[in-house]
Amino acid sequence: MEVPDGRELLRLSVNREDRLLLVRSHTTLLEVLREDLGLTGTKHGCELGECGACTVLVDGTPQLSCLLLPAQVEGTAVTTIEGLARGSELHPVQQAFVAQGGLQCGYCTPGMVLAAKALLDENPAPSRDEIKEALAGNLCRCTGYASIIEAVEEAGRMLS
Amino acid sequence: MLRLPPFRFLRPGSVDEAADLLAVHGARAMVVAGGTDLVPKMKRGQMEPEVLVGLGHLSELRAVHATEGGGVEIGAGVTLAAASSDRRVGAGHRAYSRAAALVSSPALRNVGTIGGNLCVDTRCNYYDMSVEWREACGFCMKKDGDICRVAPASKHCRAIASSDTAPAAIALGGTVVLVGPGGCRREVSVCDLYQDDGQFYLAKAPDEIVECLRLPPPGAWRSSYVKVRRRGAIDFPLAGAAVALAMAGPVVEGCRIVLTAVGSRPFDVSAAGEALVGRELTGEDGLLADVAAEAAKVAKPLDNADLHYVWRKQMTRRAVVQAILEAAGHSPALAVRA
Amino acid sequence: MTTIEAPRDERDLRVVGRSLPRVEAAAKVTGSIAYADDIVLPGMLFCKLLRSRHPYARVLSIDTSAARAVPGVVAVLTGHDLPVNYGIMPTCEDEHALEHEKVRFVGDPVAAVAAVDEETAQAACRAINVEYEPLEAVESIEQALIPPDDEPLHDYAGPANVHRLAALEFGDVDAGFARAAHVREDIFFFEGNTHLPMEQHSATAQVVADKVTLWSSTQDPHYVHRALAKVLDLPMGKLRVVAAPHGGGFGGKCDPFSHEIVVCKIAMMTGRPVKCTLTREEVFYTHRGRHPVLMWVRTGVDADGRILAMHFRSALDGGAYGSYGPASTLYTGALQTTTYAIPAYRFEGARVFTNKAPCGPKRGHGTPQPRFALEVHLDKLAADVGLDPVELRRRNFVKPFSRTVNWLRITSCGLEEVTNRVLEASGYARRERRRGHGMGFAVSSYMCGAGLPIYWNKMPHSECVVNVGRGGVTLYCGATDIGQGSDSVLATVAAEELGLWPGDIRLVTGDTGLTPVDLGSYSSRVTFMAGNAAREAAAKMRALLVGVVADEEGCAPEEVEVRDGKVGRMTFEEAATLAEERFGVLSAHGTYTPPEGIGGRYKGAGVGPSPAYSYSAAAVDLNVDPGSGEIRVNKVWLAHDIGRSINEMAVRGQVEGGVYMGLGEALMEAQAYRDGLHRQPSMLDYKSLTFLEMPEVETILVETHDPEGPYGAKEVGQGPLLPVIPAVVSAVHDALGVWIDEIPVTPDKIVRALDARAKGKEARYGPKRFPDIPYPDLVKVAPPDAAPAAL
Repeated sequence: MEVPDGRELLRLSVNREDRLLLVRSHTTLLEVLREDLGLTGTKHGCELGECGACTVLVDGTPQLSCLLLPAQVEGTAVTTIEGLARGSELHPVQQAFVAQGGLQCGYCTPGMVLAAKALLDENPAPSRDEIKEALAGNLCRCTGYASIIEAVEEAGRMLS
Repeated sequence: MLRLPPFRFLRPGSVDEAADLLAVHGARAMVVAGGTDLVPKMKRGQMEPEVLVGLGHLSELRAVHATEGGGVEIGAGVTLAAASSDRRVGAGHRAYSRAAALVSSPALRNVGTIGGNLCVDTRCNYYDMSVEWREACGFCMKKDGDICRVAPASKHCRAIASSDTAPAAIALGGTVVLVGPGGCRREVSVCDLYQDDGQFYLAKAPDEIVECLRLPPPGAWRSSYVKVRRRGAIDFPLAGAAVALAMAGPVVEGCRIVLTAVGSRPFDVSAAGEALVGRELTGEDGLLADVAAEAAKVAKPLDNADLHYVWRKQMTRRAVVQAILEAAGHSPALAVRA
Repeated sequence: MTTIEAPRDERDLRVVGRSLPRVEAAAKVTGSIAYADDIVLPGMLFCKLLRSRHPYARVLSIDTSAARAVPGVVAVLTGHDLPVNYGIMPTCEDEHALEHEKVRFVGDPVAAVAAVDEETAQAACRAINVEYEPLEAVESIEQALIPPDDEPLHDYAGPANVHRLAALEFGDVDAGFARAAHVREDIFFFEGNTHLPMEQHSATAQVVADKVTLWSSTQDPHYVHRALAKVLDLPMGKLRVVAAPHGGGFGGKCDPFSHEIVVCKIAMMTGRPVKCTLTREEVFYTHRGRHPVLMWVRTGVDADGRILAMHFRSALDGGAYGSYGPASTLYTGALQTTTYAIPAYRFEGARVFTNKAPCGPKRGHGTPQPRFALEVHLDKLAADVGLDPVELRRRNFVKPFSRTVNWLRITSCGLEEVTNRVLEASGYARRERRRGHGMGFAVSSYMCGAGLPIYWNKMPHSECVVNVGRGGVTLYCGATDIGQGSDSVLATVAAEELGLWPGDIRLVTGDTGLTPVDLGSYSSRVTFMAGNAAREAAAKMRALLVGVVADEEGCAPEEVEVRDGKVGRMTFEEAATLAEERFGVLSAHGTYTPPEGIGGRYKGAGVGPSPAYSYSAAAVDLNVDPGSGEIRVNKVWLAHDIGRSINEMAVRGQVEGGVYMGLGEALMEAQAYRDGLHRQPSMLDYKSLTFLEMPEVETILVETHDPEGPYGAKEVGQGPLLPVIPAVVSAVHDALGVWIDEIPVTPDKIVRALDARAKGKEARYGPKRFPDIPYPDLVKVAPPDAAPAAL
């Protein structure tokens, strides 16, 4: 909802918690998460929708938070990397990334894990090609991707 | 990080109201649906609207309707992901759903809309840069400057039409419904939505909004879209060809060929395909190569995109051959031999 | 006091060599780890840099008054506030945090603004008015060799814009060529490329009392520490540099940078914390990446294909500043000899200044370019003399425990074995011959850490402290985990010695205020050097605990087993309590300094020596579409002589990542310029492989148990990248019969080579001439076998 002074009242759920925020109309969801809510697990790599590092789930689908305006996420349920584990228990996708060595520097990992979770929610037993297609917008410079694919396969097995 | 400049965000109650808002605010306003084209360009100062008229919340734009005989009407606000996976679209319009599935990356297709991709800004590697880069280079006529950097003698901007879905929609005989101020609606062919000028590439009025895309019943037409790019994801087309073929058994009865990313608008070069009418497609004779060469005559790539422009021209011919064979149901292996 | 226990039988290793998750993995998958840009401090200001819009210009004036007037602006800096020059190498300290006399590339920082938020700082930067007098920009190696119309980029070095020249000869090269049955010459070009870490550089500074702390995404906090002390004119004791958890380095975060210096200065001026995070575009300008290198190589072989002499010339496009340039230059000539026994070798190298973002070290520093040239050259040479390319290589392989003609000491060397294993696994010799399908093979070698530090000193290269107390075991080391897994290596080593698990070890690393020094994560040195230091420290702690327990249990120390959380019959905690009762603070330290005599004593001998070398071999299987030149890589086999895996999962990850980066460089990565401007300063335009281009990688680990590596371990961070690039070129030739003598191998180049062949021209794409370079007189160095007493 637009309010004066270039700001908006933004109502959304973040990691299952309802939030009512006063944000500037020209901030992206990425900035809202990192700067207004202190959820710095969401990363920025390119700032232009070209690398996938800022991927979050909006109503369950992977979207690039660096491109989303407040109005686009009004009333949605956003899941960030901080919202995946239940208490101290890692989500199976997180467990699999740890166990399979699906990360090195870890900077692409939040986006990668969330994109993988969304894939597995729809398709618990994806083929290698399906994994590659689903994650093709998420760049990683460390792993060479192989261990990430193995982690997604392992997570699929854990989930089913 | 790069941030957006301030703007005012408006939420019209309907498309009609959105068009009225555009008319009221004039050149200071732009519409935004998914924002996947606009937001990066605003961050880099390529577009500086003071008012954004939001369309994303309008459910009327997010519907897909099957029409009689296998046609389909796709709301402009339908995401590329939804359009590409919708069986009502894919059944008779393979080129279109394929093209939608090849745009950028999965996360971007979850937000980017089909209307946005039809209207996607033309691209040029003198223009798709930050304001600081463009200032260092010298601004170009598309934004803030007065000459074309890649073709300084050109009277008009030579930025490249980069929509994947537009050539497919044109090859399939698609039309769009445009809504203007006062609820004024008109239907134009997708082909007529464009003009060959990288700066003023859309032929519609600035206050007209694409409401939906209509793809007619496919009848005997089978189609395909071939995209040339470096990587299997993220990249825009370096060349692209959409082909629709009407076949009677092995014999071609009709052929439409539309190119993208070879100039400032998608080019309907179906005339080149007439040589195929009445002929059988074997892929073995020189016929396809001749058709492709004729089709690609219009392609004049410049040094304003990835890879060498001569190669992009060569690949245009190749994309045409491949798209014809794919539309005819031949395997890609045959395309390589041709 | 206790004495250090003799090395235990390494067959008994309980933790080393396993595949274990990295120690910080859980923090990374939950998003709870705070990278540099995630740091928020109370009252923090945000800083942006104003960068040059000119490739080359004199700065006439800088007017900051309008910027200072912007509401929310707290400080505005120009070069006058930071007049002290610096640079990573003592011989070329040619940088200023903010340039106030001349700008030398588009992106060179000239001013800085700190404000209450980033938007305000950015807006204020745009309000700064800089008056420039443009100078004629130098855009190519050729142009840099010609005396400039205006003035050279720097007033040191020369002639023209030459930065650095080297000319070395080992043995009698002319005599070798005179005896050769066949001599071949080739010219190659390797376009520059960049690291493209996923994380943009970020630095935050805070001043408390008179002490400055900097958190930065740096690979070597120690060198940043030194540079800050110099530029800020502060004693090192007043400065603390903390390497924040790191979002990718690959060599790109090895120099001290403007933004790191500027935030410290502003924090000192304002008393408030200051953060500066670069945009992705600024990361491309900060660069220090792979040098574009033009190379000429001439090799003479006898009738059996044995190398008699080699002459290698390189010309490096260094960009605007020195950075690691003198080392980069020598590296283009140093490691040819660590794979092939070259009895007579001449190297002439040159680095020039151009008005582009400065180049520096990227994974393989200075060696991927000559490795590409050398391996492809040998393929061509093999064809000339009718030998199988693998056989030609084998006939020239170096031997383990030997000395190269340029005096490098080779210890463990698995070159034969990595070759055999890759050939076996890939079926290279039986490959299917079909137009459009090809396989290529190449080998390489890399250092396990540079034998000398970047600045001359006799102090240890790596130091470690292990403390045991009521908080458990804590290991302190300056080493910096940049994602390669060095924290896990250190924890594994300590755990091995103390009978614990890596997760039992608390780590404090990469912090110049809290940890003893480690020179940094560069030159693949951390496993070897910090690993040895950690092992020494932990072994001393183990001996101390064992001694106490032996006394208590009334047995000999040799009888006390340390394993599974127990020391003898006591738990680790009980043993630690007993030891603390007796000794007070339980602290043990270890250090590592590379041995003497691993290199020569000539000028330039400082680059190349290493306490050990890793060896890699690669086979690449690919398809090339003859119509489009498009390449699909089907599979890569990579065998690597790791010495010994400390953590096999981490080693495999480094191999896969190295293959990935090698393929990216071979196929698409390029940092190219047009009219002085970066052509692709974004992640869309700078092409890196996605999931869809990355083939399957079969990793084969060969363990040669290096006598000096920790548990026999050697490096893996950089070596596996090297053979991939020439193997791709070789495979493309195998598929289509055309040589692409220029990296990256893009489809347009392949089509042009095919077109050239169709027109009856040379079936090749690549550079045609090597420029005339005013190399100095050769420094003639007697090879080791001619002067055995010289060491």
